Amino acid sequence: MFQSVQNDALTCWVLRAGAVISALVMLLILAFLLIESWPVLDQITPARFFTDTSWHPIEGTYNLTPMLSGTLLASMGALLLAIPLGITSALFIVFYAPTHLALPYKRMIELLAGIPSVVFGFWGLTTLVPLINQLHPPGASLLAAILVLTLMILPTITLTTYSALKAVPSEFLHNAAALGLSRWGMIHGIAFPAARSGIVAGVILAAGRAIGETMAVLMVAGNVVQHPEGLFDPIRTLAANIALEMAYAMGDHRAVLFVSGLLLMLLVMVLSAMASKIGKNQYA
Amino acid sequence: MLMITTHKRLLLFSLTCLAIGFGWFASADANAASQRLVLTGSSTVAPLVGEIVRKYESMHPGVRIDVQTGGSSRGINDTRNGIADIGMVSRALKPNEKDLHAYTIALDGVSVILHASNPVSVLSKQQIADIYTGKITNWKSVGGADARITVVNKAEGRSTLELFLQYFQLKNSQIKPHIIIGDNPQGIKTITGNPHAVGYVSIGAAEYEAKRGAPIRLLALDGVDASVAHVHSGAFPLSRPLNLITSHVPQGLAQHFITFARSQQTHELVEAQYFVPISAE
Repeated sequence: MFQSVQNDALTCWVLRAGAVISALVMLLILAFLLIESWPVLDQITPARFFTDTSWHPIEGTYNLTPMLSGTLLASMGALLLAIPLGITSALFIVFYAPTHLALPYKRMIELLAGIPSVVFGFWGLTTLVPLINQLHPPGASLLAAILVLTLMILPTITLTTYSALKAVPSEFLHNAAALGLSRWGMIHGIAFPAARSGIVAGVILAAGRAIGETMAVLMVAGNVVQHPEGLFDPIRTLAANIALEMAYAMGDHRAVLFVSGLLLMLLVMVLSAMASKIGKNQYA
Repeated sequence: MLMITTHKRLLLFSLTCLAIGFGWFASADANAASQRLVLTGSSTVAPLVGEIVRKYESMHPGVRIDVQTGGSSRGINDTRNGIADIGMVSRALKPNEKDLHAYTIALDGVSVILHASNPVSVLSKQQIADIYTGKITNWKSVGGADARITVVNKAEGRSTLELFLQYFQLKNSQIKPHIIIGDNPQGIKTITGNPHAVGYVSIGAAEYEAKRGAPIRLLALDGVDASVAHVHSGAFPLSRPLNLITSHVPQGLAQHFITFARSQQTHELVEAQYFVPISAE
């Protein structure tokens, strides 16, 4: 009896320490970003990041909006493709596929989730970009970024949706069947509403991955700083901007790159705030 | 998913511990250091010198060398004022800087490259500048196939970009690029994947990949073939020396370090940065 109380206390402290450390790391990163970008934030008004004529940090112009739009368009495009694909393949595994097919299919998706992003980027650079180039030069484009990102977040959405659907109590489904609902009626009326918050969480996770993805996007997106006018125009994302220029940046240029990191973090924060809002509405 | 996040946190935590531990060691080391050297100057030369310093310090414990960037002109000023022992300058000395002593540690050359299937074999300086500023947009205008030119530019801050802009007397904001790349291998892969692209990379990287069968062509400039050999001989126009400078004839530690930086022992480091090593005397 005494032993188990002691164990509980120990576990409690270990968990507390873990929680504090994770929170601290997050705060430290935020503080670090602020300190590093301070030399620029101190000198120029934040409005200049949105009103300057272009992004040429060495010539002293720091417009970040083209990269903001590039980041948002690429991730939203990828989500638009990956959400329906991911949810339908999860439905296929859980409700439609025969057992001998469902397991290998799921293994395949898991394998897709494990492929490193550079591999996707390399494939995109050597295969996808030349293909798009034949359609419409230069090939490296918003479209290429969307397609590569879709491949990367598809398994995330599929696997989280799969887990959420599996977690629906089987009594629910049995009762639905007993009531004579069709298979689609059961999915639409019972399984989806019950699994909704899990699915939303998966989508948010995927969105975060799409926004922050660096290497793969850097290799296929063309990285020209501009507001794209179409799918075939090259774009630069905030994450790619940091990776491209950080290695040789100095002084103000370096500080502005930290500002784009700060903006990226802000974007993810807004996203997770939105997610918790959507999550709450589900239960209301 | 949960497992992955826990692992990441653990990793981050251990990295933080490592960083703190490392910082402590480094500071302990600084106290023990007896000989110091300060280098300031060009951001092109600094990464290479940083690598050379790392190797030098590991061979001579007790020596501590600070490398700071700020541009070639800062290197000149600091050396003249005695703030820095050695300056780093990414060009040859001008006539009014003859009071300083320059020691070349490596050469930097940039080659304009095309896809091997592109029929265009010669471009003039003006044509290249027009292509990069968007005045020429089709290969037909310079004797090639009827296809849109894909202009590949480098990311801001790269030394290849700096040298390219300086040679063609352009500003980066005048260039109308279609693709922006980071390092040389990425540039070469972009060109090999796009028959209508034009780009520029460090000559060492381009020659290495072309010899290994990558379908790229290095364009001659002013009638001089782009090759490491021609950078060596000084004949290739799109190149520059990377110099260490001192205000007096170097002595003691400074002299020892400069001799080391120019020796055979650093050739590997020079080539890893896609620069061309100087021949050892």
